[in-house]
Amino acid sequence: MADKVLMKGNEAIAEAAIKAGCRHYFGYPITPQTEVAAYMAKRMPKIGGTFLQAESEIAAINMVYGVASAGLRVMTSSSSPGISLKGEGISYLAGADLPALVVNVQRGGPGLGGIQPSQSDYFQSTRGGGHGDYHMIVLAPSSVQEMAELTVKAFELADKYRMTSMVLADGTMGQMMEPVDLNFDVAPAPEKPWATTGTEMKRKHNIVNSLSLVPEELEKLNIARFERYELVKKNETMYEEYMMDDADIAIAAFGIAARVSKNAVNEARKRGIKAGLIRPITLWPFPDAPFKKAATHVKQIISVELNMGQMIEDVRLASECKVPVTLCNRVGGMIPSPEQVLDAIVKASK
Amino acid sequence: MSTKQFLFSGFGGQGILFAGKFIAYKGLIEDKQVSWLPSYGPEMRGGTASCSVIVSDEPVGSPIVTYPDVLVAMNLPSLDRFEGKVAPGGMIFLDSSLIEREVVRKDVKVFRIPATRLAGENGFPTLANMIIVGKILKELGEYNDEGLKAALAKVISAKHADMMEVNRKAIDLGASL
Repeated sequence: MADKVLMKGNEAIAEAAIKAGCRHYFGYPITPQTEVAAYMAKRMPKIGGTFLQAESEIAAINMVYGVASAGLRVMTSSSSPGISLKGEGISYLAGADLPALVVNVQRGGPGLGGIQPSQSDYFQSTRGGGHGDYHMIVLAPSSVQEMAELTVKAFELADKYRMTSMVLADGTMGQMMEPVDLNFDVAPAPEKPWATTGTEMKRKHNIVNSLSLVPEELEKLNIARFERYELVKKNETMYEEYMMDDADIAIAAFGIAARVSKNAVNEARKRGIKAGLIRPITLWPFPDAPFKKAATHVKQIISVELNMGQMIEDVRLASECKVPVTLCNRVGGMIPSPEQVLDAIVKASK
Repeated sequence: MSTKQFLFSGFGGQGILFAGKFIAYKGLIEDKQVSWLPSYGPEMRGGTASCSVIVSDEPVGSPIVTYPDVLVAMNLPSLDRFEGKVAPGGMIFLDSSLIEREVVRKDVKVFRIPATRLAGENGFPTLANMIIVGKILKELGEYNDEGLKAALAKVISAKHADMMEVNRKAIDLGASL
């Protein structure tokens, strides 16, 4: 453990991005993610990278579009209201099939909301967020170590499938410090023959664009994109199961909610209640399989969320409504306590 | 399994977050699982600051400390806010230079330390926090030279290396009380 350091989640994201070869960061400050930008501002100039505080979130996401078109690893980060502003740019990235990383360290909403942790951008993230038919790959870390590892993973998946990845965290994950081991390997970025890097008069022009005015063509593009999404669903779904083998009650939770729930599951087990936890790590693609399996042996699934009930819809779909799915939540920047989750488990067990 | 949950609280500027960071690093150096979570709301700017620290033999679940085993209260609003939350049998370390009232709870151990006064008298007026940290380490049986040195080296950046010795003095003073 001697080589572990204590780092804030936001800093771990920034350092991991640099390890992944990201040398371009564009952002605009907003609590509770500002440490990502602050860290990049300090580090990027020292390693020949670019840190740029744009004039707005919209400008920042369009700078991301530019660098991604040139085939380089690039990212931006923000918190909920800022992500809404980036929505148009994210849709354009999807339309142009560009790989990039967007980090959302969520805070309470809607509107300007508050600055305390929230998971209320689940719908926005998993359904795409902007206009048009598209998805992002959405990764939900629940430790500072995962903030780092999933940032690297997000870049790898983005390149592999030419998609925008999102790391979806919250104020707690961004602000907390935990030991991190950053000594992990990063595969080099793949070749990007589609990138606009200059033809040197040796090849045809590459064109990166999201405009397609011929409906027959645009339909084809959409269908091809969704065929790629099917591959992502098949190959890249990630989740953690905790004490699910003999569980009578299952908790569904991601990020900070999963950590709180783990405490509650342990306490329930001490009291003789067979509780378990399914923690989606990819929110899109959503891990259907563990919920389908759970529905064959649990009495109830409790979705623990920092919102008014968003992931619960995916849990119901995945478990095919074979068992009751109930909600245990806090909102507006509040976090459910382990005691609240335990109460829900005890109630469900009766 | 042993888990200790700490809640550090006081005014912004009293070194609340720093004290918590020190305890977290000391745990890390001693191969424990640790987490540190600050309050990052508007209260940081002039009001009460607090941070949750967990040091455990097991992986840390929720990093939020609601019922601390150890409460550090460096001002009255913090004691008022958190006294009722301390786990039965827990400990409260308070700065008696700034808090006049007695602790009402009877089921907790209370340590009244005139930390701000002592810090001023000893020529390190900004280190009342570390005097209290010293006292905590002693009461928990965690005062050991090696861990202290290593943790200080982690929390004090190279730029401020000259602060190392005076921090150590403050910790030792606290531990001697």
